[in-house]
Amino acid sequence: MIASTAPLSLYWLPPAGDFAGNIAEARQAAEDDEALLRRLVDLATRRLDFTQTLRLDRLLAASRDRLPERAPRLRLALVGNATLDHLAPGIRIGALRRGLLVETFVAPYGQWRQQILDPASALYEFKPEAIALLLDAHALLPDLPLAAAADEAAAAVEAVVNEVAQSWRAAQDRAQAAIIQLVPWLDEPPVLGHLEQKVPASRGALWTRLSAGLTEAAAGAGVTLLDLRAASRAVGTHQLSDPALWYHAKQSITPVAAPWIGDHVARVLGALRGLSKKVLVLDLDNTLWGGTIGDDGIDGIVLGQGSGPGEAYAGFQRYAKRLAERGILLAVSSKNEPAIVDAAFERHPEMVLRRGDFAAIEVGWGDKPQALQRIARDLELGLDSLVFVDDNPAERDLVRRTLPAVAVPELPDAPELYARCLADAGYYETVAFTGDDAKRAAQYAANRERRQLQTAATDIDSFLRDLRMTLAVGPFSPADVPRIAQLINKTNQFNLTTRRYTEAEVRAMMQDPTVLTLAARLSDRFGDNGLTTVVVGRRLSEGDEPAVEIDSWLMSCRILGRRVEHAMLTIIAERARAAGASRLIGRYRPTPRNAIVRNLYPELGFTRLDSDDDSGETAWGLPLAAAHLPPTDHLSIVHNG
Amino acid sequence: MVQSEIYDTLTEILREIFDDPTLRAVPEMSAKDVPEWDSFNHINIIVAAEQRFGVKFRTAEIEGLRNVGDFADLIAAKRQAA
Repeated sequence: MIASTAPLSLYWLPPAGDFAGNIAEARQAAEDDEALLRRLVDLATRRLDFTQTLRLDRLLAASRDRLPERAPRLRLALVGNATLDHLAPGIRIGALRRGLLVETFVAPYGQWRQQILDPASALYEFKPEAIALLLDAHALLPDLPLAAAADEAAAAVEAVVNEVAQSWRAAQDRAQAAIIQLVPWLDEPPVLGHLEQKVPASRGALWTRLSAGLTEAAAGAGVTLLDLRAASRAVGTHQLSDPALWYHAKQSITPVAAPWIGDHVARVLGALRGLSKKVLVLDLDNTLWGGTIGDDGIDGIVLGQGSGPGEAYAGFQRYAKRLAERGILLAVSSKNEPAIVDAAFERHPEMVLRRGDFAAIEVGWGDKPQALQRIARDLELGLDSLVFVDDNPAERDLVRRTLPAVAVPELPDAPELYARCLADAGYYETVAFTGDDAKRAAQYAANRERRQLQTAATDIDSFLRDLRMTLAVGPFSPADVPRIAQLINKTNQFNLTTRRYTEAEVRAMMQDPTVLTLAARLSDRFGDNGLTTVVVGRRLSEGDEPAVEIDSWLMSCRILGRRVEHAMLTIIAERARAAGASRLIGRYRPTPRNAIVRNLYPELGFTRLDSDDDSGETAWGLPLAAAHLPPTDHLSIVHNG
Repeated sequence: MVQSEIYDTLTEILREIFDDPTLRAVPEMSAKDVPEWDSFNHINIIVAAEQRFGVKFRTAEIEGLRNVGDFADLIAAKRQAA
């Protein structure tokens, strides 16, 4: 039996309820493709064990042809040295939980080297967009006598790390795919007890060294690391590996753990596709402190030193503050009198979070779904960026029913477990941590001030002038590659084509003379917004009219409404002209999230080049000689190279 | 737990794993009677039974099974010993 807050049970998801009945109903339902997808995602967002996961996976496979074209998809290859087939359903359902449709290929058992090194292998024939490589100790650990010296152990480990790194490069060269290296826990009993890690050639010490070597090599090679060793600590390796199944079926991970492992893999796939959550919306009474502030008064709430629960609430506030430090936006949704909440944040001595830590605050007596919609609108993010944390099951249920895009963890009934629950749920997975992430909270706080300036200004032109904006623009620079790849992969709204590129592909663009790259930072009187605009242009040589096609153009939502796109068009036009082009070509590829740029090209003076096709993609042209470019005098432009 | 309850639970497991509401666990049934009963689903059945019956099978026991009847007898013996 799995305990109620054991990670393997996926306890942060609501219970499955009448799962068999829901599956049967889904099979019968005649509905349009969008409704079918919503129904499947809803079923996936339940606490499923491994047989339920298998059943839902069958339903997903049977429904595949009926799901909307527009839903994000990803082709994932699983390559490793143990049996992996039983992990695929959990990964597909974990991805479905995030609205991502994953098609999998599982390389034949034990053939990881052949599959990666042979350019004609089934792996490459599958054309994967991501390759997950799961190599455990059986495949990797060098065979050394226990008495081998430290330098011998180090050299043997280095040789293995180099071999794995070579296979990454081979896979990167042969497939335009993101590589995900899974580093599993060591499922071998120690021979030296607590001394194991001190003896360099012990299996335990070798695995520690090898894991560290892979971690370091992955960072340099643009490979995403999925550290199952760290994740396994919350579960226990005896729960994850069953020796009977290893010896009988070469399964190094038990099927019981497949839904949990699948969710972890899907978190990383989601992060690569920009589907991770971005905002933590917090209730107040009995969520950030104990008691009801309206009844108990500021001095009556339970928070901070003096009691276990009080310290537990303060501990949860500290965890939220650390999330803010790494770039997660905090918001409040609470049914209370605004004045007393303001006063509590201002003067309660034990309050860890202060008003300035929140990017949006909704305190009042309206319903929570409406408050969440206002928060999403103020932050210019989709509802699917929000996680809503509330101790009240009725509020959670209402939000789940009315706003299914919002993630709502099934919070344990104890404040000391809130932080652990959020971490176990893995909402905020990321594949990079950049300087922009660290500054995000301050940037959004500045945005609140900008909104106030906007309210004060009489018209949009004077508002924009008063912002005193500077746009610093230049080709991609090596130091910016992680941030550029991050923006390319998570920007959903102002994104004309939503083409996703890995860091390796971004680096390749910088070397390619036919590719024109631009990255821009916007600052204003309230602060630096960071690197928020990315453009990729490709020189086309066919035809007698040389052109630059805008392959990708995306801007972070936090700088929308500042007419930065006008300035960017002028810059793109100048650079295209300098590259010898006589016209620009732009494309709009519709997704469920990018409707705000559907009319960008016509608004900027482009004319339509083609007619509608089924996908809704449109192409637009702008002759550079006669182009009437929009004015850019509302900001100053600085060119870096 | 009497034999009939063991067979009822095994029937539930088979129906869930193979997503086929017509399946019925009977003593002489074996992998060859169900087209999708491959090594992958074989393990799934065993692990689902471990969870459902609260028992743990040894490798020697797993490899000695010829049909559903053997499996039900093994489960009954394990539960009695528990």
